[in-house]
Amino acid sequence: MRRLIDKAAPLALAALLLAAWEIACRALHAPAYFLPPPSLVGGALVANLPTLAQAAGRTLAVALAALMIASLTAQLLAVVISLHPLLERAVRPLASVIQVTPVVAIAPLVLIWAGIDHPERAIVALAVLVAFFPIFSGAVTGLRAADPDLERLFDLYGASRWQRVTRLRLPSAVPFLLEGHKVGAGLAIIGAVVAEFGAGSGGVRGLAWQILDAGNKLQTDRMIAALAVLGAMGVAFHAALEAVERAGLRWWRGR
Amino acid sequence: MSVAALKAVEVDYRGRGRALGPFSLTLSSGEIVALVGPSGCGKSTAMRLLAGLEAPSRGEVVRTPGRGETAVVFQAPTLAPWLSARANAALPLELAKVRREDAAKRAEAALARVGLAGSEDARPAQLSGGMAMRVSLARALVTEPRLLLLDEPFAALDEITRRSLADDVLKLWAASRPAIVFVTHNVEEAVYMASRVVVLTPGPGRIAGEVAVAGETPRPPGFRTTAAFRATAERVSELLAGAGAS
Repeated sequence: MRRLIDKAAPLALAALLLAAWEIACRALHAPAYFLPPPSLVGGALVANLPTLAQAAGRTLAVALAALMIASLTAQLLAVVISLHPLLERAVRPLASVIQVTPVVAIAPLVLIWAGIDHPERAIVALAVLVAFFPIFSGAVTGLRAADPDLERLFDLYGASRWQRVTRLRLPSAVPFLLEGHKVGAGLAIIGAVVAEFGAGSGGVRGLAWQILDAGNKLQTDRMIAALAVLGAMGVAFHAALEAVERAGLRWWRGR
Repeated sequence: MSVAALKAVEVDYRGRGRALGPFSLTLSSGEIVALVGPSGCGKSTAMRLLAGLEAPSRGEVVRTPGRGETAVVFQAPTLAPWLSARANAALPLELAKVRREDAAKRAEAALARVGLAGSEDARPAQLSGGMAMRVSLARALVTEPRLLLLDEPFAALDEITRRSLADDVLKLWAASRPAIVFVTHNVEEAVYMASRVVVLTPGPGRIAGEVAVAGETPRPPGFRTTAAFRATAERVSELLAGAGAS
């Protein structure tokens, strides 16, 4: 019973807020281009569902491609620099500089380099850029997190560098890598949306483009519907990643 | 015949000063030596020197350099959580590029020797502390080492488990007779396990004295209650107390 109430509480709050919104719109006669009531947004959502779903699919595809590329490059770079402390000292500050620079600010530059003929490449590149760092720093931390006594055991049995990486450091890093991928995947979606905004009315018609396009046409109900789809996609994606992380950790720990 | 020796070794750590020495110890093949001393006396440092994991600041370390000739069991089981008991025990062989099937077979045999037949597929998280320690022991034995270094291996276990593990280690020793160095700060455990107890002074550790332990190994039942055992333990305790006072 208690759990049922816990589960119902956020739904009840959402319903309450929606009702207040609906009533306020009707009572104050707010113009629909300024603030459409939820009923109108719902109508727009149903009417545009195929287009919105397709757009969500495009944005998700960009984020997944970016996650894949970021995952491979981040882990590769982390392994390479873990083999050489000097390399790590050289790479770290540079990596931090790029990490703290907002992706919105880098977007125009990347759009010029990669995007003039292929805006979709620029968008993937920008999403890669933001997804890269959590995975990279997770990998760097994780590769150093191996049990020192296990490291000694590898010394004792004369393990090669390669054996040490593949049989000790990478497996020890798995919990850190899972966490890094979870954060990185969330950022990849944000990166994809921000990059689409940066690209403007480019060739990639993802969810951000839907929002921009609806805004330009003052179709505020369609705009909010697109936002709702984006939110739902984010929640579903996050839940999926949490499940992957939990399953991964369970496998790693063996219970 | 000597298996390994420390000759007048000294170890200095930067910032901490002298940790050990001057200290000399010669290990004959097949003998069990216990190193006893207060915390911070450099017992574990001596162990790392014998394992070749560390080099002395001065003095000489003589050891058989062959892969798998020396094995170490640490205070914690130090198992890889992502590997099964079998894969953990097979690790030294796989690092030496023994074929996977052979390594698995020898690991299973080693697990059977420490009484873990049937638990080959269990992960460390599914094992009790004593069982995990046995896997660690199996991993050390899998290469048939000539020198086995045990660094307070029972410290984290309860009394009943540590007693039964002590008997098992002695039984395993009787089967292949490696030289064993057993580090502990428990006097009774040292006397029970070893044929020779070396007492260290507080850090930097030097030899405070040496006591030979009479009696057959593995120990007969009731060995702990014999007068000889009590007297030997008393002498070790006196040496320890004397070293602490100086």
